[in-house]
Amino acid sequence: MSTATLDVHEVPAESRVNYLNASYGVKSWLLTTDHKRIALLYLASITLMFFVGGTFAVLMRLHLIEPQGALVQPETYNRFFTMHGVIMVFFFLVPSIPATLGNFLVPMMIGARDLAFPRLNLISWYIYIIGASFTLYAVISGGVDTGWTFYTPYSSSFSHSQVIPTALGVFITGFSSILTGLNFVVTIHKMRAPGLTWFRLPLFIWAMYATSIIFILGTPVIAITIFLLGLERLLHIGIFDPAIGGDPILFQHLFWFYSHPAVYIMILPGMGVMSELITCFSRKRIFGYSFVAFSSLAIAIISFLVWGHHMFVTGQSIYAGLIFSVLSFLVAIPSAVKVFNWTATLYKGSISYDAPMLYALGFIGLFTMGGLTGLFLASLATDVHLNGTYFIVAHFHYIMVGGAVMAYLGGIHFWWPKITGRMYPDGWARFAALVIFVGFNLTFFPQFVLGYLGMPRRYAVYPAEFQVLNVMSSAGASILGIGYLIPLIYLMWSMRYGPPAGPNPWGAKGLEWQTPSPPPTENFEEIPVVTEEAYDYAGGSRG
Amino acid sequence: MMATIQFVFTWLYAAVQSPLPIRPEAASSIAEGVDHLYFALTAITLFFTILIFSTIFFFMVKYRRRSPNERPAEIETFMPLEIAWTLIPTLICVGLFVWASSLYFENSRPPAASSEIFVVGKQWMWHIEHPEGVREINELHVPLNVPVKLTMTSEDVIHDFYIPAFRVKKDVIPGRYSSLWFQATKTGTFHFFCAQYCGADHAEMLGWVYVMTPSDYEAWLAGGARTVSMADAGEHIFSNLGCATCHASKGAGRGPSLAGVYGKRERLKNGDTRVVDEAFLRQAIVNPNSLVLPNYPPIMPTFQGQVNEEQVLQLIAYVKSLGPELSEERNGK
Repeated sequence: MSTATLDVHEVPAESRVNYLNASYGVKSWLLTTDHKRIALLYLASITLMFFVGGTFAVLMRLHLIEPQGALVQPETYNRFFTMHGVIMVFFFLVPSIPATLGNFLVPMMIGARDLAFPRLNLISWYIYIIGASFTLYAVISGGVDTGWTFYTPYSSSFSHSQVIPTALGVFITGFSSILTGLNFVVTIHKMRAPGLTWFRLPLFIWAMYATSIIFILGTPVIAITIFLLGLERLLHIGIFDPAIGGDPILFQHLFWFYSHPAVYIMILPGMGVMSELITCFSRKRIFGYSFVAFSSLAIAIISFLVWGHHMFVTGQSIYAGLIFSVLSFLVAIPSAVKVFNWTATLYKGSISYDAPMLYALGFIGLFTMGGLTGLFLASLATDVHLNGTYFIVAHFHYIMVGGAVMAYLGGIHFWWPKITGRMYPDGWARFAALVIFVGFNLTFFPQFVLGYLGMPRRYAVYPAEFQVLNVMSSAGASILGIGYLIPLIYLMWSMRYGPPAGPNPWGAKGLEWQTPSPPPTENFEEIPVVTEEAYDYAGGSRG
Repeated sequence: MMATIQFVFTWLYAAVQSPLPIRPEAASSIAEGVDHLYFALTAITLFFTILIFSTIFFFMVKYRRRSPNERPAEIETFMPLEIAWTLIPTLICVGLFVWASSLYFENSRPPAASSEIFVVGKQWMWHIEHPEGVREINELHVPLNVPVKLTMTSEDVIHDFYIPAFRVKKDVIPGRYSSLWFQATKTGTFHFFCAQYCGADHAEMLGWVYVMTPSDYEAWLAGGARTVSMADAGEHIFSNLGCATCHASKGAGRGPSLAGVYGKRERLKNGDTRVVDEAFLRQAIVNPNSLVLPNYPPIMPTFQGQVNEEQVLQLIAYVKSLGPELSEERNGK
């Protein structure tokens, strides 16, 4: 066990100095360098962005109840799906787990008092806010209609919408990711507590490390791509538009060189959360620690070599298609290995059904389906038919919403007592997990069928034969929307009225649980010394 | 509000009542093959999803926490299991890769004897022209059981030509020619869609493929609003633009003769060797100075902006129609 001692049970949380009550006032938050407060700043910002992006999704699904479009003109619908995608991808999913849970937990899990560069961490948040402001400005000044993928030459030469402010927002926000990644890599290398060797690290840290590598290597490429797009749109320098000498496919290569690894920016942290949740609620060491750890790195590396699978129907050479196809199959293997190891971790465990565990199990189910349907798209012959249809939409929502958002919510529910010092009502939390799971499947499963039947994505109106499945999807979306509102309500309620949580309500391992909830500003009174491997729920005894 | 609820229920009821379509019509020579792969993938997905779900449910019930102080004994990582569940998915993936790729390989190569049809996408409609000169908009008439190759380009942004019933799809890209081919196996009408987002009316950039028996197709071609064949239209443009001043027959002009040039390998001044195909000819028209031949001065002006993509296709059809002897061949036909 660690040497950190706990004698905080008797002292009520309110009377103890912690990071939340150490100082008061707006200034103490806006100028804080405490990684835990910055995590909360991010939490508030991305929650706002999530509900803005979610509103667009609800409007889209409402519009699609009728084949001729129930709500708005096509131009407006095109702005809905673009703003939904831009906000959800760049301003919610990419920063979600790293910037909130990662910021809060990386130092705590490795026994450090803060990240390596606390002020850089605060700057990251400001950069995010500046980027988000540009994009929100684009929303209220008319929106953008290029799709979140900004394909040229539509975006550079044809669109009459707020392309530049939106792209600038994405460009700027990228730097906040790069700086966060840098901060995590340095922190994980240099600031681990005595005795905390690489193979004793919680797998969440491995996942953060792999994610940070993608942040650092991938994000500059999207910045360059958007910069070139801006050059062409503003100065008419022919880069992508063939009418002025450019190459429209070049844009897709550059865009997906970042944006495919970005998929793993979104899902790797979720996988990290999963390893923490599964072990805690089955009281087991993770099955195949090194396999789970190295599969994160394998995913991070291979993810840079599969971008061409977005471009099988662009007329890319057959041989390039073959290479990208085989690499795309390859990247599925480490994900499968993770799922098998999580499942095996449950074997002969002591499994409880607290709310975070329900989210975790939901993640495994939905992620499994999302991953397996990816095989349809790695397969060249079927991708030709399914590319650009609702099948794609369903597939990546199973990964990003069923996977990443479920994991994010699971993580929030797991560490909420640590972050706030309060418990939320467990019954409501379990109910919300169920509502989200049902709503999600009803929303997105029909879209697999729609895609196979041939309905293209990004259609503001559609042939009448697709209506039944669209109505099912819209009905599911309304359930899903309610499912996301319930946690918002009870979590906010719990901040004030929830019963005190105590330092370790789940009986979890990990250094973050060996300090009071909420933690003091310096995290640990004494830097702990680690003498055991991660997830030693059996207490060091070997069975 | 009530109306909306009633509406949703009506439709959900309808969804339960009517058997939901779950398979699109399969009306081309490759559709069955693609569907077999699709079904295999579906089976694999179902198998693993059910395997994972049922294992989790079984463990959740069997190993549920019975007392708060339970401390289960540790299970060591079992290496053979790790190897097995790394290797088995790898083998499945390799198998799928080989199957999908060989199918794609076959499906990508048009038979040599394909009849050609030309497609130009523009915001937000499809212009289609048959070599015989029949033109149509948002409709594509094709003969049954005959391989058809579409040569496609775009006037503006990237579009994508997608016929779900044929399981074919290809991006239609400005400044390039892309192609796809199919052989329809059922008469009837089938949707085609633009499957690459292209702006405001993207969702209305769609139409119908009419698959007709070859005799009906011939009758349709003969009865269509025919003016002149694509090659003849191209010849007309060729003379209107004064191309013949330089590109005279027998190589007497300031530019190379175009007789018999299609399909030849040309060595360029910069040392590259290129086959004269559609893409080459298009480039030679819109950006001639990028394709200078050794014995000719780079004096040809660009015709970008003077001819639209359909006219470029007609010019190409004309050049393709030229045999080794420019005027004689055409006059003699």
